[in-house]
Amino acid sequence: MPDQTTSPSLADPEARRRLMADVDATPGSKKSDPILVVNNIVRQFGGMTAVNVDHLEVQRGIITALIGPNGAGKTTFFNLITGFDKPTTAGKGAHWSFEGKVLDKTSASSVARMGMVRTFQLTKALSRMTVRDNMMLGAQKQTGENLLKSMFKPMWGGQEREIEAKAMELLDRFNLLEKKDDYAGSLSGGQRKLLEMARALMSDPTMIMLDEPMAGVNPALTQSLLGHIQSLRDEGMTVLFVEHDMHVVRHISDWVAVMAEGRLVAEGSADAVMSNPAVIDAYLGAHHDTDLGEEEVSEEALAEIIEEVAAEEAGRDAGDERTPDDAGSGGEETKK
Amino acid sequence: MDTIINIIQAMAREMVAPTTAAVAIAVIGLNVHFGFTGLLNMGQAGFMLLGAYGFAISIVRGVPLPVAVLIGFGAALVFALILGAPTLKLRGDYLAIVTISAAEIVRFTGRLSVLTDFTGAAQGIPGSEYRDPFTALSFFGAGSTDIGFLDYSNTGVNGWWVRFVAWTLVAICAFVVYLLTRSPWGRLLRGIREDEDAIRSLGKNVFAIKMQALIIGGMLGALGGMVYVLPGSVQADALGRSMTFFCYTALLIGGAATVFGPILGSIIFYTARIFVKSVANAYVPDSIMSSSETESFSYIVVGVILMLVVIFRPQGILGNKRELQFNA
Repeated sequence: MPDQTTSPSLADPEARRRLMADVDATPGSKKSDPILVVNNIVRQFGGMTAVNVDHLEVQRGIITALIGPNGAGKTTFFNLITGFDKPTTAGKGAHWSFEGKVLDKTSASSVARMGMVRTFQLTKALSRMTVRDNMMLGAQKQTGENLLKSMFKPMWGGQEREIEAKAMELLDRFNLLEKKDDYAGSLSGGQRKLLEMARALMSDPTMIMLDEPMAGVNPALTQSLLGHIQSLRDEGMTVLFVEHDMHVVRHISDWVAVMAEGRLVAEGSADAVMSNPAVIDAYLGAHHDTDLGEEEVSEEALAEIIEEVAAEEAGRDAGDERTPDDAGSGGEETKK
Repeated sequence: MDTIINIIQAMAREMVAPTTAAVAIAVIGLNVHFGFTGLLNMGQAGFMLLGAYGFAISIVRGVPLPVAVLIGFGAALVFALILGAPTLKLRGDYLAIVTISAAEIVRFTGRLSVLTDFTGAAQGIPGSEYRDPFTALSFFGAGSTDIGFLDYSNTGVNGWWVRFVAWTLVAICAFVVYLLTRSPWGRLLRGIREDEDAIRSLGKNVFAIKMQALIIGGMLGALGGMVYVLPGSVQADALGRSMTFFCYTALLIGGAATVFGPILGSIIFYTARIFVKSVANAYVPDSIMSSSETESFSYIVVGVILMLVVIFRPQGILGNKRELQFNA
């Protein structure tokens, strides 16, 4: 690992730009200090290949966005690396590691314990529990979660108070403090997203994976969510997030990886990626230059055009002065 | 007037009956499964029957009482492990299918005539064969005591001693469940009930916690089964499917995910049934409904009550309305 290691200095945008400037903007490029390395991960559902990623490295300490059109396999990819799904290539060459520790056979809960915590696209707030209880569940290594010790409050009461203090601090930061005694089911969609993110932070993760954190969040709240994500990065956390909104991606991501049809098709800075032809093709379709309207016209008004052309030709025959251009284009239309 | 007093007395007798207490213990166990963890255990009667068999057969074979109780618990533990290992990783409904079948397997195995030496087959094991070590522990002495109209022998087959022990056990079980569910472990159970994947994403071993819950609830079921057979006999058919559904009825009436709901529910279930039965016996002429028909009629009424409770008061009598309000 070279000189560029994680340090609070990554809060400086210039430092981040310098860090990523040397990285090749090609799919699967090497990073100077990868926290997550994924190799040959394939997931098939029947005959459909949802994910087929040869190699991906995620740089430590920055915000990486994972974008791609609907059905590109982003969420499946998330599920695979967090242990919520098993790759079809498991045991046949699929390897992925987090902070150098191999995750090939690690369960979802162990992945979270190692410091890689995720949120879900469809928010999983625990509706019939209070916001406070939701938060408290996020803390790791709780003595009171041991069955034998749980019956004796003195064994976990002290730790419980510490966890609660931490939970209140996080709730305050995410503007949810006054909701602490409400049931999570009574929160709005955006507040649930906030709660889920805050809950994930209770475990002090080194890397947080957000699956569409902005989906269904109103624009005012989006701003504060973005602020939260950026402040996580500035505190030294690695963020990987899936997002559809290009403005969001452009605004906060330091690096962008693009998936399409299960494959990693491009990587690079937000601006570079968005002008990349492969990405434009993935989003808009490879034939986005073709004017579909033209075909429609020719189909619907074919008879009319034929008539027109026939009339034109008749006119030319009669010695009328017509430009050759008009006649030519008319002829082309008819051929189609 | 006499009739009314008789009905009230019959209800009161049913209320303090050891079988009511036994079912309350089993329902406390079921509450750990269904109310707190969301495990749809449809075979609580199987746990009860195994506990009863383990306990009674051991004593008949000359095993001392404390060891026999442990064997009863052990049987439930093994049963929970066998049921849980393949099913707890699957979606909730599968546990329901497996548990109801497994409970039936236990019941039919108990009825097998090859096992007559052990289980007494369909005849069961008469209480006189295993009750003595338990009654020998009594410090209530001989004779009988009247408390109001409740007149039972102090120690005898179905006297104050078994009532005292049964209700003490109910109190202890409720207290243990209270201690467990107010702890972070209990919070985990409720979290798993709400969304397993969310809990998994927070780094908790969901399978282990569910297994612990299944074992604890199953052992409480086994304890309920042991108490249930003390005043009577071990009969496979008494602890069949209908017992599981009685347990669910009691739980839903009292209120799932509460500490006292199971106890209140069991008491209401049994006294309401006696009330319906006695009223029908007293006021409906035999030409319309014979006394054996009133027995069935009482169950029908209880079934209707269950439906009404689930529709109009889904949280039960003691349940928290807010816990059931959001079905997102």
